[in-house]
Amino acid sequence: MLHKKTLAELARDLKARKVSSEELTRAFLERIERFNPKLNAFISVLKDSALVEARASDKRIAAGQGGPLEGLPIVHKDIFCTEGVRTTCGSKMLDNFVSPYDATVVERLKKAGTVLLGKANMDEFAMGSSNETSFYGPVKNPWDETRVPGGSSGGSAAIVAARLAPAATATDTGGSIRQPAALVGATGIKPTYGRVSRYGIVAFASSLDQAGIITYSAEDAAMVMRVMAGHDERDSTSVDKPVPDYVAGLGESVKGLRIGVPKEFFDKGLDAKVAAAVQDAIGVYKKLGASVQEVSLPNFWLSVPTYYVVAPAECSSNLARFDGVRYGHRCTDPVDLTDLYMRSRGEGFGAEVKRRIMTGTYVLSAGYYDAYYLKAQKTRSLIRQDFLEAFRQVDVIMGPTAPGTAFKLGEKTDDPITMYLNDIYANGVNLAGLPGMSIPAGFVDGLPVGLQIIGNYFDEGRMLAAAHQYQQQTDWHVRIPKNYEN
Amino acid sequence: MSLTPDDVKAIARLARLAIAEQDIPAYAKNLSSILEFVAQLEKADTASVQPMAHPLVGLTQPMRADTAVAQVDRDRYQQNAPQVEAGLYLVPKVVE
Repeated sequence: MLHKKTLAELARDLKARKVSSEELTRAFLERIERFNPKLNAFISVLKDSALVEARASDKRIAAGQGGPLEGLPIVHKDIFCTEGVRTTCGSKMLDNFVSPYDATVVERLKKAGTVLLGKANMDEFAMGSSNETSFYGPVKNPWDETRVPGGSSGGSAAIVAARLAPAATATDTGGSIRQPAALVGATGIKPTYGRVSRYGIVAFASSLDQAGIITYSAEDAAMVMRVMAGHDERDSTSVDKPVPDYVAGLGESVKGLRIGVPKEFFDKGLDAKVAAAVQDAIGVYKKLGASVQEVSLPNFWLSVPTYYVVAPAECSSNLARFDGVRYGHRCTDPVDLTDLYMRSRGEGFGAEVKRRIMTGTYVLSAGYYDAYYLKAQKTRSLIRQDFLEAFRQVDVIMGPTAPGTAFKLGEKTDDPITMYLNDIYANGVNLAGLPGMSIPAGFVDGLPVGLQIIGNYFDEGRMLAAAHQYQQQTDWHVRIPKNYEN
Repeated sequence: MSLTPDDVKAIARLARLAIAEQDIPAYAKNLSSILEFVAQLEKADTASVQPMAHPLVGLTQPMRADTAVAQVDRDRYQQNAPQVEAGLYLVPKVVE
């Protein structure tokens, strides 16, 4: 029953020599073998290297050495470069790409002693909210395999929810950690922009991209965040600020915590049952002595349209590097250089990635730049201003993570706008660069609901503590989908 | 904002994306609906608003000493290249 234990419990068991890293790694590899064919949550499973790493961890533990996460198995989203390991980003374009170096996040977690079980499936280049844009096929939601796990970190989320690993790294450009965490009933945190290094993460929208972690509990997220966060001079937007001891801070009471609930989050578009579950969760905080007040984000309605100018613009620029020359897919028999570029990219990218590249190309093109891109950077200022104003009155903001529960596979693939609106409560947080979390807050018709907690800049500690306090009162986060319990 | 099939072809050309002829109408429809959706931004009054340059207020770009810190391991990087010869990336002839 090792898979039912949290990362924190497993860390204690390893230290007390109740279990070895090799036993733990074998237990999760066995679960992956059993359940992954149903979920399609992995792009690569690294059985042999995982066992080698686990044995090395066991030696370090026996010698009384090792890092803070020594011997603990984890999974990386396939957007993180892993040295000597295929890194596909969910795309045909990078199907054959073996990274020559480690991302900073990978390097830090390796140094902390983690054992890498494999690389998680994801929406292609992290563009999607359902994991259906992956070149490797959709990931299924373990609560109902006819439904999506959310995206773009759908593989990471499904892996954690089905207990195929106790933690999985993820990235969040417009909700890609929080929305899938909500849809599968996991805990996910997207830190402040600049808190975690972006070095070695395949870039999508550089002013929005941020890495975080999906786990069973807030305590587990705190353990991993403590290792992931911190300055890295290889990412010029990484902020040089000390990393607090998130684990030590978890005990902080929520008594007197000022919670702001944006009235715009409960307007039309939100499923009534999801709204009720989220209000119940906020009610738990009230009982614990927090004060709850309504706040307003008057420019909230601008967040999705602003996001769908800024993100595609940056994507069109970032993805220009895939030229079929230095790495990635190349077409056969190009007649000239332009043909080489056009066909390699045309064949290597899927439909959603092409849509975003073309949207970005259009909004940045001569004559349209002011009307779209410059305008969106101005509305982005307005969106941030709303949050700054709210944080003058409250310590954290709470609301729904997503407007509904997990939807059916194929339900929203025909209409990009419907799909984009699934991140309506998430996009603004990225545009403002703020940290956000999603924690399990109940079920509607058997499907998980997420409570979103938005913090002030670099206030991850307070968010994690608030999430942890809630998880001391509730057991939503320990529920496991029926078919994955044993 | 409604894009014609020719508009889509022009954008695809700028983005260096080969799009199959039969897929053009679908892209025209989807891209038009996306542009229509983001056109909501016009309704926002931004006359006195500064465009956002960085999510974190007051942050400046850090500087480091101008000293070499990394070597480029060309052979290793080129293992991912579709076609190389003598350390050079091969592409179709550019100059006749």
